[in-house]
Amino acid sequence: MAFAYFPHTEDDIRQMLDRIGVGSLEDLYSDVPQDVIYREEYDLPDAMSELEVRQYFEGLADQNLGLFCLCGLGAYDHYSPAVIPQIISRSEFLTAYTPYQPEVSQGTLRYIFEYQSMITELTGMDCTNASMYDGATAAAEAMMMAMAATKKKTRVLLSEGLLPQVIKVVRTYAKFNGVELGFIPCKDGVTSYGAMLAELAAGDVAGVLVPGINKYGIIEDLTGFADAVHAQKGLLMVYSDPSSLTVIRTPGEWGADVVCGDSQSLGVPLCYGGPYVGFLACTKDHVRKLPGRIVGATKDVDGKRAYVLTLQAREQHIRREKATSNICSNQSLMALYVTVYMSLMGPKGLREVNELSYGGAHYLHDRLLETGLFEKAFDKPFLKEFTLRSLMPVDKLQDALMLIGVFGAVEVEKDLVNFCVTEKVSKENIDDIIGYLKGLEA
Amino acid sequence: MAKTVEGLYYSESHEWVKVEGNVAIVGITDFAQHAMGDLSYVDMPEVDDELEAGEEFGAVESVKAASDLYSPVSGTVVEINEELEDAPELLNQDAFANWIMKVEMSDPSELEALMDAAAYEEMCANE
Amino acid sequence: MKYYDKLIFDLSKAGRQGYSLPVNRWKNSVSELPAGLQRSETPALPEVSELDVVRHYTNLSQMNFGVDSGFYPLGSCTMKYNPKINEEIAAMPAFAGLHPLQPASTVQGALRLYKDLAHALSAITGMAEFTLDPFAGAHGELTGLMVIRQYHMSRGDLKRTRIIVPDSAHGTNPASAAVCGLEIVQVKSNAMGLVDVEDLKPLLDDTIAGIMMTNPNTLGLFEKDIKEIAALVHECGGLLYYDGANMNPLMGVVRPGDMGFDVLHLNLHKTFSTPHGGGGPGAGPVGVAAHLASHLPVPKVMEAEDGTLYVADGTCRCASSPEGSGAFGPACGCTHECRCGCQACGQISGFMGNFGVLLRAYTYILMLGKQNIRMVGPLAVLGANYIKESLKDSFKLPIPTVCKHEFVFDGLLDQSTGVTTLDIAKRLLDYGFHAPTIYFPLLFHQSIMIEPTETESKETLDGFIEIMKHIAAEALADPDSLKTAPHTTPVRRLDETTAARQPVLRFKDMN
Repeated sequence: MAFAYFPHTEDDIRQMLDRIGVGSLEDLYSDVPQDVIYREEYDLPDAMSELEVRQYFEGLADQNLGLFCLCGLGAYDHYSPAVIPQIISRSEFLTAYTPYQPEVSQGTLRYIFEYQSMITELTGMDCTNASMYDGATAAAEAMMMAMAATKKKTRVLLSEGLLPQVIKVVRTYAKFNGVELGFIPCKDGVTSYGAMLAELAAGDVAGVLVPGINKYGIIEDLTGFADAVHAQKGLLMVYSDPSSLTVIRTPGEWGADVVCGDSQSLGVPLCYGGPYVGFLACTKDHVRKLPGRIVGATKDVDGKRAYVLTLQAREQHIRREKATSNICSNQSLMALYVTVYMSLMGPKGLREVNELSYGGAHYLHDRLLETGLFEKAFDKPFLKEFTLRSLMPVDKLQDALMLIGVFGAVEVEKDLVNFCVTEKVSKENIDDIIGYLKGLEA
Repeated sequence: MAKTVEGLYYSESHEWVKVEGNVAIVGITDFAQHAMGDLSYVDMPEVDDELEAGEEFGAVESVKAASDLYSPVSGTVVEINEELEDAPELLNQDAFANWIMKVEMSDPSELEALMDAAAYEEMCANE
Repeated sequence: MKYYDKLIFDLSKAGRQGYSLPVNRWKNSVSELPAGLQRSETPALPEVSELDVVRHYTNLSQMNFGVDSGFYPLGSCTMKYNPKINEEIAAMPAFAGLHPLQPASTVQGALRLYKDLAHALSAITGMAEFTLDPFAGAHGELTGLMVIRQYHMSRGDLKRTRIIVPDSAHGTNPASAAVCGLEIVQVKSNAMGLVDVEDLKPLLDDTIAGIMMTNPNTLGLFEKDIKEIAALVHECGGLLYYDGANMNPLMGVVRPGDMGFDVLHLNLHKTFSTPHGGGGPGAGPVGVAAHLASHLPVPKVMEAEDGTLYVADGTCRCASSPEGSGAFGPACGCTHECRCGCQACGQISGFMGNFGVLLRAYTYILMLGKQNIRMVGPLAVLGANYIKESLKDSFKLPIPTVCKHEFVFDGLLDQSTGVTTLDIAKRLLDYGFHAPTIYFPLLFHQSIMIEPTETESKETLDGFIEIMKHIAAEALADPDSLKTAPHTTPVRRLDETTAARQPVLRFKDMN
């Protein structure tokens, strides 16, 4: 029976049973109705050794195809420094629970405080929590915050320029939470200010969620949005890519009340969609409606600087059904991931990541147009991802790219395809792809 | 032992009411602040909010607990005690000297359903 | 543990850098963007060298307690050992490099993992199908409740908007129900700490969507009336939700599906050995009985007739579907088995959950296999009862029956010196143990909830028992040493009241 994760010898078990005063392990289940005890063999594989487990996963890995990534749309293939996996695999971080005992959790509490400091700095907000599951669920939580903050309003408006997965998740939460949604269409590739004004006029809008950079890759000009939403006593909420906020105008500068998004763009591996790390930040007026864990600075009895989970009276374990949200955990280790990333990159490194992505994206954009296979869909400023109209059938284009091991041209709307470039893409990479595409016929 | 003040009205949910003309001044009792411990935040309504008797109008929070506040009377909020925004501990220092909100009553007869100091003391003794 | 007081910001010095990037040879620059779209000030992030970063976070880690540091008897949290092979597998580049929008043909290995893990979880729990999309336990609860509501709505049974939750439930249960738009109806525990069947009966009517239970419950007690409760709830048209936070004692012994549960979530970071990571990422897969399977969220992994796997995103592809409707719910009125997810409750995660966590959990399941899984529950229960029996002469044991994976003391047996549960918890830190869960469940005033897990040896448990007895003796002989504990940790008791009254939530606001 010996197994690496069970330390009990036969003798240990016997002594422990004696102390308890029962005859066998089965007797420990004497309170369980016998007809629910499962006596059949489990439909599971035989126990494997580590060697066999490795072989199994190598077999699975062989069924995946590693591709050169030119796709964005909410998951970005940025470079990740070698330091980060070393730090986050330290078992004092990895195997710790939620820092409910602050005296022995200062490591976790300290990095969350640093994380909060960095996210508020990037977004231009006053407060943020210890992180959310992902960007889409953070957006759903933002919707619930707007409802809680404005009490008697009934509706939340979403820009149709938001990423499709964000809209889908917010829709699901809204359906069950009883929030009515309204949609603001895009005009010329950006959220229509006029359409928003028309929707706001009803006076029932708790909040408006717009993208900072939309699904077409276009940087939204939010001039006038905050004033219009505030005039109707609603909250302006912006869905942002935190990496981009080192260089583009921040939600804080636009006058937003709440900012949400996914920090995956801060060096987190693609990992087939998770774990990522959502964020939710707000102005200080709304901190009491901010869901999730929050770390604050304080002192201990000896006057030492120390950190602790604070404002807990907002949370589900105290408020139960009256909490703004049911969220209990955060994505703590991933918050550490992006904190170490931001520490290493600093303001200069983050700017340089954006410069390299911007330069490469614009180069690819211009060269793709030269191939004659595409035409411009919009003429608006973009950062690292953009949308072109494909003149060849999109499935053929995707297949052609796949033949040379490139993943890109994901369809955003009929015939409109997305490309994304990060600092991992070189001029030689792009020239090779363009050379290949030029050989294709539209 | 928690104190009470004669001449006030008391609710089962531990709010007190002092009547001045048609205005009800509402706070929490000394018993309530004792039960909560060091208060860290008072969530207050907004001026002009319409309240029904028994409706939730805010909450008091300590580090590890939260308790909702229920309006003892119906009416319109005419003033809130802004001092509590930065100093919730005032309620710990003197729960009766520090009110939370003032309500212009729409139905003063609702006061009859509330307790006097003696009845409230008896209720607390049984909790 | 040593105290180290710096923040990374304290180490910052203008001009230092901790990164290396390729030389920029592009001709375009961000500065071309319209001035109104550019950030006006450089963000105040730290400027530090690579070694600064490494040393800083290494120092921080040394002020943390983890399962690898010592015994972590945290009730309801199942702090079992996190095997290292899990981490190796999750870091394999063939998985870590996959973009979530890659075509299914290029990610067959990843999709196979979803299928295999879902199948294994079905075998372990007796549920027909699983979604692996939820990110955490509370997220799984919410998803499961959405499935329940979607089921009732799909039948036109719109009145069922109330859910029964026992008073001993985890706080997330009522909170998840509220987020899902359900009204909470509380059912009381009886003197034995179990759901009171007589109190439950009058609550059951045609407005009840279901009941949320955890079994064993938060007192570590098996709800032995579960089959009667299941029959009663089903009879009134409601569904049974199983909160899998306490699944560990049933691993290899009892399957929730066999007890009559219709929906459950599991915490892979508890029962299936994936690390807690200081509070996440975890994963909260949701399993359902066959009649609810079509309401599980999208994206979902489906198997085509030729054995290839694809991702159903909820867009109805039935012939009768209105062109491009893409709506959830029975949009197309199709009657055959749903192959596209169009009857799903919706989408609850941006992509397909915490894939990296799923890899770890399946690694653990393969190591256990059908043989070792049989011992997980029994050894966990053995450890809990061993501690309980060894300490019941020093601590107040309100419910003396056999427990499952955890049990609850109501403080010291002799509380005459005023030593509280908090004091005991803090004193344990001085002796190198993590504290148990305290002041939960709310049924007692001085709750101390202890869960040892099956990965702890008898020697470790004996060491803990000895220290707990020692603390009970100290409480009488020298109560002040407890009331001022801990004494040896990097920081001591914190001023939490000031932290909440004047929140300082970022570096910028520190003085």
